[in-house]
Amino acid sequence: MPKLPAPPVPKALREAPPRPDEVVKTKPVEHAQEGGASVVGWVDERTSLSGGLRWMLFRKVPKGTNWFYTFGSATMFVFLSQAVTGVFLAMYYRPDPAGGAYESIRYVTNDVFLGQFVRGMHKWGSSVMVILIFIHMARTFFYGSYKYPRELNWVIGVALLILTMAMSFTGYLLPFDQRAYWATIVGVNINATGPLIGPYLSDFLLGGSEFNATTLSRFYAIHMMLIPGLIAALIGAHLYLVAKLGTTAPPWSKAPINEELHETVV
Amino acid sequence: MSDRYAKGASKYTLDRGIPGAFEGETVTRRRMMVVTAGAAGGVASAAFLLPALGFALGPVFKSTPHRWEVVGNVDMFSELTYLPVVLTVEPNIGEAGKTTVYVRKRNPAIDTDPYDQTTPFIAISSRCAHLGCPVRWVEAAERFICPCHGGVYDLLGRRVSGPPVRPLDRFFTRVTGNNVELGPRYSVNSLLRRFSPRNPGEPLDGIGQYAYPSRPGAKI
Repeated sequence: MPKLPAPPVPKALREAPPRPDEVVKTKPVEHAQEGGASVVGWVDERTSLSGGLRWMLFRKVPKGTNWFYTFGSATMFVFLSQAVTGVFLAMYYRPDPAGGAYESIRYVTNDVFLGQFVRGMHKWGSSVMVILIFIHMARTFFYGSYKYPRELNWVIGVALLILTMAMSFTGYLLPFDQRAYWATIVGVNINATGPLIGPYLSDFLLGGSEFNATTLSRFYAIHMMLIPGLIAALIGAHLYLVAKLGTTAPPWSKAPINEELHETVV
Repeated sequence: MSDRYAKGASKYTLDRGIPGAFEGETVTRRRMMVVTAGAAGGVASAAFLLPALGFALGPVFKSTPHRWEVVGNVDMFSELTYLPVVLTVEPNIGEAGKTTVYVRKRNPAIDTDPYDQTTPFIAISSRCAHLGCPVRWVEAAERFICPCHGGVYDLLGRRVSGPPVRPLDRFFTRVTGNNVELGPRYSVNSLLRRFSPRNPGEPLDGIGQYAYPSRPGAKI
């Protein structure tokens, strides 16, 4: 690559060229670069992480890959945003149904520096995550990307969708205002309308036959510990399979296909 | 190990030429270790998973004691219209544990059900039998009306219109001295026959009473 001409710098600011008898010293920035490289090298020599990273990030993608392929990553970044904002909201939140929960949310919204912003990120982010999941799912469906050999990834994706819905359901109760309370009552009763196991399912969700003192902490524990762990683990499996199997070309792609990969029709 | 299942292979390790085999041995030491380690892991996992599962499921099978609560005195209520009273269903959780109950004196002319002959007062739950929103008694229309999905009930709590699948629940009533007390909740079918309390949305007519069993946590 040809070197670009240096921008004009006033003479006073220019660095003096080294004298012929002067030993060229390494500059601090070069030291820093060296240090960074040696730290990365030290870790990589002991973990071989760079091979896995190269396998994950520098894959071959089919011709025709476009912006519609980014909705999966977008969903994952919203999940990360939900996880981070959720952790900070948990520092203030009190799952106390006798008034403490509502008061702690009021405090976060009105009094904490940037509290309204972080809570808003979490609240609106939950809707964004659901919308992005459905766009990602529609892309997968219309591009036929769920077909062999990617069926298992579709199944994992459906499990992630259901877990996200469970997150939305359990998170909706936590502000503990009138809307949260009645929406949860209705939601639990919808679960109860399933024949035979429905009544037991609603008792399990409420932790008793009526909305009681443990219901809120039950929803809180499911919302912030049980499901996020499951979602993170399944996202890992989802991404592994994407990297392992590769992505599909758009259905209108005219690029020549590798006939060896096709099943022969007998 | 795979030769254990190979076609025509002997089940004896000795015949398969495995080093250290002795006569009559069918399980290799490697196989023995794999199964033992797997079983030990399973036992260790079950030791914390089973108690945790039981802990989470426990409340489903726990029965709660019946409570009676004074909601007013005998002279407060009339035969003709309902008076809303506040009943504590779950103590210690403030407003979230309270519910509104509509109470009136029993009117022998309209409360003709034989079971009602013994109850001095009629207490109708404000919990809609569709999905549990709070219904309100509208005096002018003589109807209970639900704000969520438009359920409408008549004076006796029977469904008139909208999505509810059964009449409004009721509470047991009794009189001690001059006080009216409300006891546990019960559900009724469209003929006002009594059942252990069910969740909203669960029909009690025909096959419904079997498809939606009563739970240990709420039995009368």
